[in-house]
Amino acid sequence: MPNGVLIFGEATEDGKLVAITAELSGAAAALGGPVTCALLGSGVEGVAEEAGQYGAEKVILVDDPILKDYQGDAYLPVAERIAKEIDPAVILFGQTMIGRDLAPRLAQRLGTAVAMDCVALSMEGDKLLAERPAYGGAARARYTFNGTPQIATVRVKALDAPAASGSAEVVKQDAGVSADQVRTTITGRTKPESTGIRLEDATVVVSGGRGLGGPEAFQQLEELAGVLGGAVGASRAVCDLGWYPVAAQVGLTGKMVTPDLYIAIGISGASQHMAGISSVKNIASVNKDADASIFKASRWAVVHDWKEFMPLFLEEVKKVKAG
Amino acid sequence: MPHIICFVKQVPDPETPASQFKVDEDAKKVIPAPGVQPVPSQFDTIAVEAALRIKDNHPDSTITVVSLGPDQFRDTIKHCLAMGVDEGVHINDPAVNDADHWATAEVLAATVQKLGDYDLVLAGRQSVDWDMGVVGSTVAEILGIPIVTIAKQIDYAGDKVTVERVLLDGFETVEAPTPCVVTVSNELGEPRYPQLRQIMQAAKKEVKAWTLADLGISAPQNRVNIEALYVPDTSVETEVIEGETAQEKAATLAQRLSDAKLI
Ligand SMILES: Cc1cc2nc3c(=O)[nH]c(=O)nc-3n(C[C@H](O)[C@H](O)[C@H](O)COP(=O)(O)OP(=O)(O)OC[C@H]3O[C@@H](n4cnc5c(N)ncnc54)[C@H](O)[C@@H]3O)c2cc1C
Ligand SMILES: Nc1ncnc2c1ncn2[C@@H]1O[C@H](COP(=O)(O)O)[C@@H](O)[C@H]1O
Repeated sequence: MPNGVLIFGEATEDGKLVAITAELSGAAAALGGPVTCALLGSGVEGVAEEAGQYGAEKVILVDDPILKDYQGDAYLPVAERIAKEIDPAVILFGQTMIGRDLAPRLAQRLGTAVAMDCVALSMEGDKLLAERPAYGGAARARYTFNGTPQIATVRVKALDAPAASGSAEVVKQDAGVSADQVRTTITGRTKPESTGIRLEDATVVVSGGRGLGGPEAFQQLEELAGVLGGAVGASRAVCDLGWYPVAAQVGLTGKMVTPDLYIAIGISGASQHMAGISSVKNIASVNKDADASIFKASRWAVVHDWKEFMPLFLEEVKKVKAG
Repeated sequence: MPHIICFVKQVPDPETPASQFKVDEDAKKVIPAPGVQPVPSQFDTIAVEAALRIKDNHPDSTITVVSLGPDQFRDTIKHCLAMGVDEGVHINDPAVNDADHWATAEVLAATVQKLGDYDLVLAGRQSVDWDMGVVGSTVAEILGIPIVTIAKQIDYAGDKVTVERVLLDGFETVEAPTPCVVTVSNELGEPRYPQLRQIMQAAKKEVKAWTLADLGISAPQNRVNIEALYVPDTSVETEVIEGETAQEKAATLAQRLSDAKLI
């Protein structure tokens, strides 16, 4: 009988545990456990113990140079072997770059299915109920599976991470993957130079949309974000137009952000954009159209042309900050 | 002669205003908004654009679009033909009207196999109705060929492709041997829009209509069930910031944010 929950934790390339590991551990424990955490990578041994502090009984550590940069062909055989050995009822991944790529392939290898980008999970007997947004967030769907293991990827920051407590047994395994199994080759990487606070970590996000009319306006947004100690985000329309870097895109196919305050300027509030801020409680929006759908999700609505409003608002914020 | 196969599906227009978006909770289906026509799934026409860009550089390429769905999906195939695709295959069989993503992937993989010689299979990173993002990867696994996901650029060079992938922060260049599957994201750019002349030409292009019998397979089992579908309530209590002038509104909003200890 398949039993328990297998989660795939993640560590950054410079060897820090990624928060999704704790979020998945909490979710897995809530489903009833017992929880096994698989941790794959290169130079990740240092965080194996930490990965076991959020509810897992066992951490399977596979630390191997072949797993350094994520490549599906290298990770998949390891994931498949661990899944078969643990024989869990449920497998959880984060809806991360890795989870997005690996979970569907693993599901097919195991002859089962995966519900992607889930925001709520529960058990009904031995059935996993996996709830996920669809239609860009306009709808919610609840899935069940016809076989096991039942696999889900979990949206980043959708579930609370438990506090660290307890510890797990760490079991080391070899990757057992040879270079010729990896058919793809990574030949280059470009990272945007990090300017200040990461969007994902910011407590204030000032975000701009197509209503800003051009790239120049983002200077004002950057200034406001600077005063507030926050970061600048953008709608997909803006990134597609090349007004602001793709890495700033908030939404379904961009980043999920969870600031305390989200200020949306010239953004209409399409469901796919709102998907990126679904757990933000305080949204203030500026739009000249009183019927803009962003207002329905906003705690504060300013119906005004941003061009006139923004410079004045910046001054008012500066006054508040100056006390 | 490169042969590129693109998977395209049809979806309710994702830009349908929230106020018109409704679901039938019993049937667990979306109720089409009155007067809003279904459209090709956005990432799929971008995949077709990717194929056409390869054809621009390799004019001897053949591009085939494959679509699994009911009668009206033919419009989406016609749209792709008008964009410049060479031929269309419409898998239309009531036995797979309610196919889930895995049954869909089985049928699409069988179609690729029946088409035979191919160098590249392109799919959308996710379909814009269910937003699942699994069919491309599943087909790659069924066919036993490599996959590269979330592409913003694809350079084809015979025995390999060089793909620029979108990461959460930055980009990555990956080489994969052909044949392989690549899934395409919006960062690739806008799909070209058919001109009237092309629409007329497309009328003459062939759309093959195949059933599962033509593929020599029976209907694959679904692996998931949708138990519930509903519209979540995301509305909050909104305060419209009052004021005669922009200055007043700016001062009031700053005050509210300060009162709420948010700034
Ligand atoms: C599958 C899929 C995935 C997607 N993923 C994402 C995603 O991750 N993120 C995302 O953002 N979008 C995403 N989208 C796109 C989304 O549907 C919208 O098209 C997009 O969010 C619109 O961006 P916008 O609000 O900036 O532009 P618009 O919708 O054009 O809105 C501009 C707004 O600015 C207002 N405005 C204009 N002038 C002024 C002015 N002078 N002052 C004040 N207000 C003004 C207008 O009233 C309008 O409301 C996705 C779409 C699909 C189909
Ligand atoms: N019924 C279908 N017909 C043709 N292609 C499809 C179909 N369903 C999914 N696809 C392809 O698979 C991609 C991902 O779909 P999904 O995994 O359902 O999100 C889509 O963008 C299409 O390219």
